Amino acid sequence: MKSIKYILAGILFGIVMIKSEAVSWFRIYEMFRFQSFQMYGIIGTAVVLGAISVFLIKRMNWKDASHLPIVFKDKERPYTKYLIGGTIFGLGWALTGACPGPMFVNLGYGYLTMAVVIIGALLGTFLYGLIKDKLPH
Amino acid sequence: MIDFIRQPWPWYFSGFMIVLIMLMLIFWGKSFGFSSNLRTICSMAGAGKKVKFFDFNWKAQQWNLLFLLGSIIGGWISAQFLSNPNELQLSANTVADLKDLGIHFNGALNPDELFSFAALSNPKTWLLLLTGGILVGFGSRYAGGCTSGHAISGLSNLQLPSLIAVVGFFIGGLLMTWLILPFIL
Repeated sequence: MKSIKYILAGILFGIVMIKSEAVSWFRIYEMFRFQSFQMYGIIGTAVVLGAISVFLIKRMNWKDASHLPIVFKDKERPYTKYLIGGTIFGLGWALTGACPGPMFVNLGYGYLTMAVVIIGALLGTFLYGLIKDKLPH
Repeated sequence: MIDFIRQPWPWYFSGFMIVLIMLMLIFWGKSFGFSSNLRTICSMAGAGKKVKFFDFNWKAQQWNLLFLLGSIIGGWISAQFLSNPNELQLSANTVADLKDLGIHFNGALNPDELFSFAALSNPKTWLLLLTGGILVGFGSRYAGGCTSGHAISGLSNLQLPSLIAVVGFFIGGLLMTWLILPFIL
């Protein structure tokens, strides 16, 4: 079945998130206190390898599984939304120790209380949709 | 072999695996960005009837919901078969700092003071967890992405907007960690 592959990729993602400890509230606190290199090492490695990969894909014109060209979209101006939205996100990330992916991975791991955070995240998403036209972007 | 996998993974291997996952999704004609699932779930719940932002063809996003389902399963598999038999190696300075906040490092991934069932009997825990979640949900939609979409995918594509978003993540994170947590925890 075609859909299985996305579930498998998600399972791999869940495992990586746990084994890298990127889902850990303690690790995120430690990161924002600059008391360990670990989280920076993970993100840094991913960005370096990711940038090389994207560069190669573009340069070599590689196609995807359906033989279609792989297109990377540029993000639009203005940039206000990235800064303000990012800051709000960061506040929540440090408070809960979890960004969206880790919320669900933690839930699966057994932290059922993460369901409260997830409900909050859905509420926050809905709230944004509700008032977005009144916000600077 | 399993023992080796049960150890926490070195940062360079974790980073490599994350890129692998991103490349798998790209190869399948998709992209690595988890927070859009929050918007999709709102749409599935019918938010599109009230709010235009959620009125879109969410069925095209099913693949990402499957990824989300997989991530929950992955968490479960890790707990059952791959969990670290030893304590998480948190920096000693962090352990000490946490004491000042009233948080006891329990050697696990998350603190009991916020995430145990016992903590839920305190209304303040609900307030903190819900508020934190709201900030993440609101902020990621406003910024159009979270760590996967911006810090990993966006930066890999050398997008300046993603760098700005990541700077925002850090401004918010540092504000919360250094200035706000001491007062609210």
